[in-house]
Amino acid sequence: MTNAMRTSAGAVTVERYQGVRADGRLRRLWNANAPGYLFLLPWLIGFFGLTLGPALISLYLSFTDFDMLRAPGWVGAANYVRIATADPKFASAMSVTLTYVVLSVPFKLTFALLVALALNRGLRGLPIYRAIFYLPSLLGGSVAIAVLWRQLFASDGLVNAALSHFGIVGPSWISHPSYSIYTLVALSVWQFGSPMIIFLAGLRQIPQDMYEAASLDGASKFRQFYKITLPLLTPVIFFNAVVQTIDAFKAFTPAFIISGGTGGPINSTLFYTLYLYQEAFGNFRMGYASALAWILVVIIAIFTAFSFLTSRYWVHYDD
Amino acid sequence: MTASVTAARPPSDITKRSLPATLVIHALLIAASLLMLYPLLWMVSASVRPENEIFSSTSLIPSSVDFSSYVRGWTGLDISFGRFFWNSLVISLLVVAGNVIACSLTAFAFARLRFAGRNFWFAIMLGTLMIPYHVTLIPQYVLFLDLGWVNTILPLVVPKFLASDAFFIFLMVQFFRGIPRELDEAAMMDGCSAWRIYWKIMLPLSLPVLATAAIFSFIWTWDDFFGPLIYLNDMNTYTIQLGLRTFVDSTSASDWGGLFAMSTLTLVPVFFFFLFFQRLLIEGIATTGMKR
Repeated sequence: MTNAMRTSAGAVTVERYQGVRADGRLRRLWNANAPGYLFLLPWLIGFFGLTLGPALISLYLSFTDFDMLRAPGWVGAANYVRIATADPKFASAMSVTLTYVVLSVPFKLTFALLVALALNRGLRGLPIYRAIFYLPSLLGGSVAIAVLWRQLFASDGLVNAALSHFGIVGPSWISHPSYSIYTLVALSVWQFGSPMIIFLAGLRQIPQDMYEAASLDGASKFRQFYKITLPLLTPVIFFNAVVQTIDAFKAFTPAFIISGGTGGPINSTLFYTLYLYQEAFGNFRMGYASALAWILVVIIAIFTAFSFLTSRYWVHYDD
Repeated sequence: MTASVTAARPPSDITKRSLPATLVIHALLIAASLLMLYPLLWMVSASVRPENEIFSSTSLIPSSVDFSSYVRGWTGLDISFGRFFWNSLVISLLVVAGNVIACSLTAFAFARLRFAGRNFWFAIMLGTLMIPYHVTLIPQYVLFLDLGWVNTILPLVVPKFLASDAFFIFLMVQFFRGIPRELDEAAMMDGCSAWRIYWKIMLPLSLPVLATAAIFSFIWTWDDFFGPLIYLNDMNTYTIQLGLRTFVDSTSASDWGGLFAMSTLTLVPVFFFFLFFQRLLIEGIATTGMKR
C-alpha cells in the first residue's frame, strides 16, 4: 500500500511526504514486532489449526449426531440430555473414574511424602534410592508394565503366590469386578516417584535454622513436622495434588490393556477416557464422544477451580 | 534453580542422628526398594526362564538361562518386532527434533523478544497447558483423515513441529529467563539479528534444558499408546507399544515367555535413557513438576 502511494507518479509533495511517513511508521512497527511473530509462527499455526480450531469444532460436534459417514446433523442438547439421564455406562464410567481418583491420589501422595521424608535426612546412597523409587514412574505408562500388572494380579499370578505362603487363597483380582479397580489403584500408587521427587525438592527449600531453633525450644520431632515441615510444604502438596488428580482423570493405557480394551469385567475398569474412546472409535458416535469430552473438561475445570478456591484456607505461601 | 535440588545437606544434619535410627531407616528403604523393583526384576527373569518354569516360582533367579523366548517372541507375529522397533525409533526421533526446534523457537520469542501482544499470547499458551487432549481429539482425527495422513506417522509427528507440547515451551521459557539479559542486549547493540542471538547465544547456553526436553520427548513418545492406537491401523506402521499389545491379544495365555521377553525389550531403551540421564531427568521433575 505504501509502496503504491510512493510510486504513484506525479503525487503532490505533501502526499509523498505523508506516504514516506506512513511507510516509516509501518517499517518501525514491522521492525519491532516481526522477529517475535516470525519466531512464534509455528506455534501460532499449531494453536489455531490444532488447538483452538479443533476445540471449537468439537464444541459444535457435541451438539450433533456426527458419525463420520454423514454430515453432522444438529440435535441440540440431546447428547448432553442422554448423558445426564439415559446412559448407565456414563454413570458407571464416572463412578469408576472418581473411585480411582479418590483412592489413588491420596495413597500415592502419602507414600511419596513418607518416602521423601525418609530420604531427606542426609542419608548415604540417596541418589540410588531416589532413582529406584523414580523408575516405576518413568516406565509406568507403557504397555509392558500393564501386561506385567495383569500377570501379577492374575489368579495364578505372583500376588497370589506370595499370599499362598501365608495360607491365603487369593481371588483372581483382575477378573473379579469387586477387585479389578484396586489393581489399577495399586499400579498408580506404585508410581509415586515423580511426586516424591517434587516433595524432596520442596523439603530442601525449608531453612534448616527453623528446625534448629525449634529443637532449642524443646519441640519434639513430631511437633516440628506438624508445625514447620507440613505448613511450609503445603504449596508443594497442593501442586502435587492438582497435577496428580488431573492426571488420574485422564488415565487410559493400564485400564485398556488390563481389560483388553473392554473396561470389563462388568465395566468395573471402564475409565472415563476408555468409554470416550469406545464411543468415538469403536461405535463412531463422534458427536456423542465430543459431548463426553466437553463434560470431562468441565469436570476438570470445576475440580481445579475448587482446589484453587479452597487452597487459600490451607496453603501457606511465604508472603 | 537446579542448585537447590542437588545441593548437599549440611553435615550437621547427619552427625545429629543416632546410628541405630539410621540403620533402621536404611533397612526400611532397602526393603521398600526391593518391593518396588521386584515386579520388574521378576519379568526380566521370567523372560530368560525355560517356559515350563515361569510360574513355578516367585524367585528371581532362574535355574537355567534360556533366550529362546526372545527368538519366539521376536518372530511371533506376522511381522517381526524389528519393524515395530524401527517405526517407534523413527517417530520418537522426529518428535524429539520437532519438540526441540519448535518449542525453543516459541520459548525464545516469549522469553527474550519484545513485541506487541506478547503477554496475551503467553497467557493463551499457558491456558493450552490445561486443555485435555480429548477436546481436540475428534476434530484432529477428522482433519488428519481428510488429509490422508491416517496410517502414516504424520499425525504423530507434524503437530510437534508446530510446538503442540506447551509443557516444553513453558519449561524452556523458565530456563531462558534465567540467562543474563546483558548477553543478548549487548549482541543486539552490536547489530545482531534475533535469529543470530537465538542460534549463537541462546541455544548453546541452553543445552541442559534442551536435553531434558529431548529425553522426555523420546521416552514419552516411545511409551505412547493412545496416539498410535488411533492413527496407526496397518500393522506395517505399528509402533512397539501396538506391536506388544497385538502380541498380548494373539498369544493370550499361551506364550508367556515370549510376552515377557518382548515386554522387557520395549522397556530397554527407556531404561538406558534413565540410567544415563538420571540426573537430568530428576532435576527436570524437581524444578518443573513434570508428570507422566
